[in-house]
Amino acid sequence: MTVATKVRPIIGLEIHVQLRTRTKLFCGCEVQTDAPPNSRVCGICLGHPGTLPVMNRVALESAALAGMALGCEIARFTKWDRKSYYYPDLPKNYQISQYDIPLAAGGTFEFDVDGSPREIRIRRAHLEEDAGKNIHDTPGCTLVDLNRTGTPLLEIVTEPDLASADDTYAFCVELQRLVRHLGVSEADMQKGHMRFEPNVNVAIEHNGREYRTPIAEVKNINSFKFVRQAISYEIERQVAVWEENNDYVIGKASNENRGWDADRGVTEFQRGKEAAHDYRYFPDPDLLPVQLSDETLGSIRAQLVERPVQRRRRFASEYGLSMKDAETIVEHRPTADLFDEVIKLGGPAEIAGKQFVNVWLKHANDRGVAVTELGVEAARIAELAKMTAEGTVNKTAANQLADAMLTRSNCPSALAKELGLVQVQDADATARWVDEAFAANQQAVSDARTNPKKMQAAIGFLRGQVMKLSGGKADPKLVGKLIEERLQQP
Amino acid sequence: MTTRNLDIETVRHVAHLARLRISDEEAALYAAQLSKIVAYVDQLNEVDTSNVEPTAHPLPLMNVWREDNPTPSWTPQQALQNAPQSQNNFFRVPKVLDQESP
Repeated sequence: MTVATKVRPIIGLEIHVQLRTRTKLFCGCEVQTDAPPNSRVCGICLGHPGTLPVMNRVALESAALAGMALGCEIARFTKWDRKSYYYPDLPKNYQISQYDIPLAAGGTFEFDVDGSPREIRIRRAHLEEDAGKNIHDTPGCTLVDLNRTGTPLLEIVTEPDLASADDTYAFCVELQRLVRHLGVSEADMQKGHMRFEPNVNVAIEHNGREYRTPIAEVKNINSFKFVRQAISYEIERQVAVWEENNDYVIGKASNENRGWDADRGVTEFQRGKEAAHDYRYFPDPDLLPVQLSDETLGSIRAQLVERPVQRRRRFASEYGLSMKDAETIVEHRPTADLFDEVIKLGGPAEIAGKQFVNVWLKHANDRGVAVTELGVEAARIAELAKMTAEGTVNKTAANQLADAMLTRSNCPSALAKELGLVQVQDADATARWVDEAFAANQQAVSDARTNPKKMQAAIGFLRGQVMKLSGGKADPKLVGKLIEERLQQP
Repeated sequence: MTTRNLDIETVRHVAHLARLRISDEEAALYAAQLSKIVAYVDQLNEVDTSNVEPTAHPLPLMNVWREDNPTPSWTPQQALQNAPQSQNNFFRVPKVLDQESP
């Protein structure tokens, strides 16, 4: 057996993203795939003779917006083509798609893998209609639900620029963030709103020669985890096949389609590419071409928001947030908008960031709502962060204040006064609490002075006692300093 | 007029793509008939179109679209009334063996 000397995976993707529209791409049936079977269909999506499709303007604009965000050129002129195939999930016997003039082409898209930047080229992105659902679990027949038929999809095709399963995973997640940020898709994986088809092969450098394995296209994966697993599996499989028989000539073995079996964790051969369907594309005479004017493109471009990857990097560089906190906040656009607002209103970035994640997002998660739905406005969030930064309240009091702010609409400074949470900077008062704590806890004091093993724990205990005596109002820094001094005294 | 003969293999391939089962006699008959049709259309090749933009649509119209407002759908009963077979409001078709759709 020969051993592969250097293996370089080459990975590209086709992704189908379901656009967020109320109605289908070419008819007014509601997009509601979980409705009772065949209750969201009409003559157009059922392909009845004599019916005519009419394009959904919102679907076109959403697709164009997504194309712009992917850095693509948007075609000023585009049209619809028929992709012929016979399968009961699409009763017209063709799918309306875009063939030689995609709506968007030639983009680049940035993402991060563990904080280091990556880039992938986007070959094209075009609109097409989804097919219905075939249900194969009844013996002897196939049952067909056509509610999904005609749902608008954006098909995105990348160049094979990805070099690992982890990079591909990160790209897929970033793409989900992008379409959600733009509001063009709910991108709910559970509902099949994003479906991935990775193309995988490997370049193997061996004895000064480069071999390339045939490309395998893994069909229809609907989870990020499975994308990563399927690619890892393919890389290993292809290298193993090559090691077994590495004398094949480049181009001799054919490309193939494979399916991901999640239960067994393997990909399975479906068909060779030479048996690929002949789709006989031609322009759809039922639909008129589309011309996009400067004005239309301008109004779509005006909806372009900062991409999540740029926003995350800005939150890290401008606000000094950790990449992890930045990622958490930018995950949801209204949440990120709220945080920008907090900073604009004078919230000190570092403390505001920590408080936002550890206090406000936590409250939101506990209640199962978005932070924007807590009823706490940016101004009050900013003020609490400012009070914390300036030492008006300590961290513990800030948490108590946040609790109060959830149920009451007063500003935090008024609440702090009312609830007696304003931090006491008075050294004399603090010294009295320290004295009191020392008198009541002789053992801890002696441990703190003479027992090196228990010293830290004892000091921590004393600090806690002082805070308790102060009703949480003492300044923890001052308390620490006074305890240190008092321990030095006999 | 140029002539182009379609062989029986091509006819079989096209029939397969359209999921049609045809007999040997039919394949031979269609090969002859389709050859004539293709030859007829081939006359277009006599015109020099090297400087002509491809036509996307014969009508001088563009940008016909509708707003994203729902219109009533059919009931499952209406949708299924022409279906040869149905079951629990699903269309019922012969078992599909090839599980893959494009």
